[in-house]
Amino acid sequence: MAEVEKTKENLVYAKNRLLTDVVMHYCPGCSHGTIHKLIAEVIDEMGMEEKAVGISPVGCGVLAYNYIDCDWAESAHGRACAVATGIKRMAPDKMVFTYQGDGDLAAIGTGETIHACNRGENITIIYINNAIYGMTGGQMSPTTLVGMRTATTPQGRDINLHGYPFKISEIAAMLDGTCYVTRQAVNTPANVRKAKKALRKAFEKPMKGQGLALIEFVSTCNSGWKMSPVAANQWMEENMFPEYPLGDLKERD
Amino acid sequence: MAKVKGTIEVDRERCKGCDVCVVACPFKVLSLAPKVNGKGYHYSFMANPDACTGCASCALVCPDSCITVYRKVVE
Ligand SMILES: Cc1ncc(C[n+]2csc(CCOP(=O)(O)OP(=O)(O)O)c2C)c(N)n1
Ligand code: SF4
Ligand code: SF4
Ligand code: SF4
Ligand SMILES: [Mg+2]
Repeated sequence: MAEVEKTKENLVYAKNRLLTDVVMHYCPGCSHGTIHKLIAEVIDEMGMEEKAVGISPVGCGVLAYNYIDCDWAESAHGRACAVATGIKRMAPDKMVFTYQGDGDLAAIGTGETIHACNRGENITIIYINNAIYGMTGGQMSPTTLVGMRTATTPQGRDINLHGYPFKISEIAAMLDGTCYVTRQAVNTPANVRKAKKALRKAFEKPMKGQGLALIEFVSTCNSGWKMSPVAANQWMEENMFPEYPLGDLKERD
Repeated sequence: MAKVKGTIEVDRERCKGCDVCVVACPFKVLSLAPKVNGKGYHYSFMANPDACTGCASCALVCPDSCITVYRKVVE
């Protein structure tokens, strides 16, 4: 059997140089890591390393600035879109993006999010919807599925008590300020490839002054869901995708 | 006939043994090792290296960017 030499000319895939060597604190198999990788690859391929400014959230993504080598600011819980607005308005040549979970973006930060979308700020929102507060131990979030068990809904989410799963991407798509709203996932190689293309578009369009782009990643929190990483991906396909279907919700110039 | 052959390298100490790459490989090349790394994780390794085509499916889904992929056309 012929050997494949581990040389530069045979190299087809390697860890992106904008990902630092710091070992991520995320649980094994967590979607956050895969999404970080795509962000690093897209910023690098766009040649925007010096222009990219991320706003990290409160939530498991809080330490994103340790892992992706670009400029970052850390915001108070839910306020990332407000911080991004300020930075983008003061430095319009920067490529400003937020990185937020469902608890950060769609619970405590709903007001900031909706109004940034409605104002059409030229920023990119990267929204990690794992339907739970991962960082704090797996409490219900606004996007938790009906019937889904969490630390605060041990009997499952009950619409009479907790209302319905909150679809912030659908709301964002209705607002005149958004230029691109899309829902992606990183559970399979094919979805990772698709998500990367969508992420690039979500970075490019606000830089053309077209308005705000929101990319939702339907994600897993295998620790909070109390499943193995592989079982969590399968559960997401069966339960999350019907409620949060993948694909573009809106695209305009 | 020309054939595409591949190989990968797993950063064993970065690997968290999540099994996601094992499931993603279309050619059942990968497996989790019975041994563990410094952090106690059963790291991923090529149990069936001859079947690798260098398709990079495993590397694409690895959350911790542990996998480097090489590919070459052989006669
Ligand atoms: C003002 C304030 N309220 C509440 C908290 C507690 N808290 C920390 S992270 C978090 C939610 C995290 O969930 P999410 O944004 O979905 O991120 P994930 O960890 O799931 O990625 C909450 C409520 C806080 N840190 N600050
Ligand atoms: S708690 Fe959930 S979201 Fe946080 S790192 Fe672990 S799996 Fe990921
Ligand atoms: S996907 Fe990455 S971290 Fe998970 S087992 Fe494979 S190599 Fe290890
Ligand atoms: S490169 Fe493709 S064939 Fe080789 S181990 Fe990875 S997924 Fe399997
Ligand atoms: Mg969450």
